[in-house]
Amino acid sequence: MGIRFILMVNKQGQTRLAQYYEWLTLEERRALEGEIVRKCLARNEQQCSFVEHRNYKIVYRRYASLFFLVGVDNDENELAILEFIHLLVETMDRHFGNVCELDIMFHLEKAHFMLDEMVMNGSVVETSKANILSPIQLMEKAS
Amino acid sequence: MGSQGGFYQSKEFLDLVKSIGEARSKAEEDRIVLNEIDTLKRRISEPDIPKRKMKEYIIRLVYIEMLGHDASFGYIHAVKMTHDDSLLVKRTGYLAVTLFLNEDHDLIILIVNTIQKDLKSDNYLVVCAALNAVCKLINEETIPAVLPQVVELLAHPKEAVRKKAVMALHRFYQKSPSSVSHLISNFRKRLSDNDPGVMGATLCPLFDLITQDVNSYKDLVISFVSILKQVAERRLSKAYDYHQMPAPFIQIKLLKILALLGSGDKQASENMYTVVGDIFRKCDSSSNIGNAVLYECICCVSSIYPNPKLLDSAADVISTFLKSDSHNLKYMGIDALGRLIKISPEIAEQHQLAVIDCLEDPDDTLKRKTFELLYKMTKSTNVDVIVDRMIDYMISINDNHYKTEIASRCVELAEQFAPSNQWFILTMNKVFEHAGDLVNIKVAHNLMRLIAEGFGEDDDNADSKLRSSAVESYLRILGEPNLPSVFLQVICWVLGEYGTADGMFSASDITGKLCDVAEAYSSDETVKAYAVTALMKIYAFEIAAGRKVDMLPECQSLMEELLASHSTDLQQRAYELQAVIGLDTHTVECIMPSDASCEDIEVDKDLSFLNGYIQEAIEKGAQPYIPESERSGVLNMGNFRNQDHHEPSHGLRFEAYELPKPAVQSRIPQAVPPSTEIVPVPEPMYPSEIYQTPTPSNPSNAGSTELKLRLDGVQKKWGRPTYTPETSTSTSTSQKTVNGAAQVEGASTVNSTRETYASRKPQVEISHEKQKLAASLFGGSSKPEKRPATGHKVSKASSHVVEKSHVPKSSKEVASEKTAPAQPPPDLLDLGEPTDTSTAPSLDPFTQLEGLLDTTQVASAANGATAASSSPDVMALYADTPIGIHNKDDTDLLSGLSNPSVTNVPGATAKPQITQSSGKGPNPKGSLEKDALVRQMGVNPSSQNPNLFKDLLG
Repeated sequence: MGIRFILMVNKQGQTRLAQYYEWLTLEERRALEGEIVRKCLARNEQQCSFVEHRNYKIVYRRYASLFFLVGVDNDENELAILEFIHLLVETMDRHFGNVCELDIMFHLEKAHFMLDEMVMNGSVVETSKANILSPIQLMEKAS
Repeated sequence: MGSQGGFYQSKEFLDLVKSIGEARSKAEEDRIVLNEIDTLKRRISEPDIPKRKMKEYIIRLVYIEMLGHDASFGYIHAVKMTHDDSLLVKRTGYLAVTLFLNEDHDLIILIVNTIQKDLKSDNYLVVCAALNAVCKLINEETIPAVLPQVVELLAHPKEAVRKKAVMALHRFYQKSPSSVSHLISNFRKRLSDNDPGVMGATLCPLFDLITQDVNSYKDLVISFVSILKQVAERRLSKAYDYHQMPAPFIQIKLLKILALLGSGDKQASENMYTVVGDIFRKCDSSSNIGNAVLYECICCVSSIYPNPKLLDSAADVISTFLKSDSHNLKYMGIDALGRLIKISPEIAEQHQLAVIDCLEDPDDTLKRKTFELLYKMTKSTNVDVIVDRMIDYMISINDNHYKTEIASRCVELAEQFAPSNQWFILTMNKVFEHAGDLVNIKVAHNLMRLIAEGFGEDDDNADSKLRSSAVESYLRILGEPNLPSVFLQVICWVLGEYGTADGMFSASDITGKLCDVAEAYSSDETVKAYAVTALMKIYAFEIAAGRKVDMLPECQSLMEELLASHSTDLQQRAYELQAVIGLDTHTVECIMPSDASCEDIEVDKDLSFLNGYIQEAIEKGAQPYIPESERSGVLNMGNFRNQDHHEPSHGLRFEAYELPKPAVQSRIPQAVPPSTEIVPVPEPMYPSEIYQTPTPSNPSNAGSTELKLRLDGVQKKWGRPTYTPETSTSTSTSQKTVNGAAQVEGASTVNSTRETYASRKPQVEISHEKQKLAASLFGGSSKPEKRPATGHKVSKASSHVVEKSHVPKSSKEVASEKTAPAQPPPDLLDLGEPTDTSTAPSLDPFTQLEGLLDTTQVASAANGATAASSSPDVMALYADTPIGIHNKDDTDLLSGLSNPSVTNVPGATAKPQITQSSGKGPNPKGSLEKDALVRQMGVNPSSQNPNLFKDLLG
């Protein structure tokens, strides 16, 4: 299993989206999020976009005030994960149009639906933006 | 904002999101959430809540859990929502349930029924929603309830369903491989699905399966190669392109699979050479995704049967990675280098200065990766430098997890490559002192055994010298405060065994120290036990030597304390000590022989010496003994024997007295290749000369003949045989001379190599320190045939330094141009790609604006239909805003709705990139658009948290 969790956290350390692909209790999630956000916020832009944390490797990328953090296994291609994050942002951008933090907050379930199309069982399964978005568009039309 | 469609939201919800978004602190956020919990607890159980309202409540519950609070009071409502007829409501229900519940939660049983029903639905989107839930909620016990339906769905006409069904099956395999073992062939079938999405998804389970059992899938090599070829030749739909790369994520997955299949298999590997070579050529090394694929190619090339041409390509890519200014690429380069040196060790030498730059970089991630590389390239010539560096780093960090890891690596390297016993003991002392409690107890036992056994040669003099120096160093270290328990145990044991052996220290010196230890660490019973037993040994040796024993007063008081100790173990030891002191010389010699910890003790596990006694008893009519486990069943002697053998021998008090055999066995798993290697590298991976002469003694012999030190014994005993093939004769001769020179530790190696290095290249402006380090780490620069290559490398490296000096300047320029709006850089898009940042300022802001307008027009023209159809919704939503403002915003909003995201305008690939990278400043259109939202919500972007409104993609 490659991807263990995907987080979106803003500069103030507030969680905006959290999806875990292995079960952690509420307390474990809280602690983990706090620790890795602190670690990532302390880094500057010249440094690598990768941080080791316990058994995870965190690949992170910042867009405006929002950090996208993906926790992966040790044998994952970090650059590819970095681009996966970008693909996710591009996909959200295509759907929302100039996506911003508020879009994700107002449409938390939609952001989750997109992720559910892209990642299953911790593996990237879909990378075509059209395929990712079409169920969501159909759902919108239906209701 | 995007179209609102069915995602209706109430004022209440908007207010909640707004207040969470504007919360300034965690405390404020917590207050809001607690308040929200109160409200929801009251509202959610009211009767007859409309569907939409309920869906909103559920999302509010998701918020509560996401922000770290318990929302279990509402789980049941989420479960109920999965029954709903409306697709959107149902899917939201499933989403919430997957976020709230783990697969063993009691409520799952209520959902399985719904899932079963939904899997049969006519609406494929309902089926998809159910399959998503299956992947998260079904556990081993519930698999049979849905398995038949999932298998049926593998042939569903809709590709989205097939894809998710494959993943559901994958999930079952992960949970319980046996439950789907008869269905594995389905994965093979789906590999040839005519939808690329289904094929791509199928690679995930296949990767797992192949990892488990490579040999059963060798027949698929040809298929994977041909798929990869088609992908690389752009035969897949354009929809899978990402930044002009054809389906890069699928390519990466395929390369991973090929790496597994080709590992150690010449025939399979030969099928892959062409396609991997093609990808090397085709990859665009200027984009991140291109580099990601290139990196995966290197991983593949270093895993499959070596091919010189591909290895060259891999080496070229690595050197561009390492020379890059991007830390991300350097990191990947270091990692790739670590993979490739296993096959071609000489490649590391070209990059020595780049590696040292990374080692000294303030970026901790890069530093750790570099240590990983050093760990892989350690040999007996550089072990001292590398381990010293590692220990220094270990001391400097606080993270216990990583400290443990690096400590165990230090130990492993020291055990394997130690240049001298002295060095080994000093190194271990350092590791114990700074990370003692994190080190595995076995390491301590190994150290004790090493000191006891010496080096297996009949040089008693050297052994006793080693022991004296150990004793001396321990007496010194005991002065330090707060030593780790494990280390103290080693110290006590060694002082007890050898403290008085060489006559340098008197019994009272040693016993005094031991009493100090027992007193200073009085809460640690294990240490105390070790100390008491050490005392007993010292006194026993004194008695055996015919000297009179004078117990120190502190020793006596310690004994008195321990005789009344609550710990039965300590009490027992104290009584034993008391008893031993009262015995005569001969008896003491028998029960406490000096330096006998390594004598093998014959353990008669069958207790055969009792046979006569038993025989006698049975003859007298006693019942034969039946082991407890068999008392109810049939008596089976064979079984009985077996069980007896498995029992560990508890009889001995100290681990060091154990029979050496089991302990040595237990060390072997530790020495097996470390976890950092993704793919276990089997024997045939070594360079061809070794491969062609696979005599069993080859690798280990190569290492030991070359060493010519008396620590050969250590190597055999303590570590796995070194498998870095050292073939060059020139290196080995240089080592011999160094070793011949009375072995003045590694320093002489460092100096001599550094001198030759420096005298050859006096003009290079690289700091002496670094050169020295490079020479001591890589040590290969004395090879004459390598000279031109090294020269080339150094000049490159120096230009690299020059380049580096430019960097701060250009980044400063960028910074100064950015200072106008005192905001953080709006995005990270081009982090690590300084070329982008440097081009950005050169663009005329007006052309940027024009470009932006152009694309929006194009986009709105293209998507005019959708814009028109969604506009009524928007009007309704904004109906209550003042008309004047409304009019003004409307046009912008519409253009915003029509998806201006430039990247998706088909064919316009070059343009979007410019607008993307130039969109650094505030985006006029975007900000206007968000303005509308602001009014709707009654917030101001300049008030509380303006960041909420910033475009993520700039």
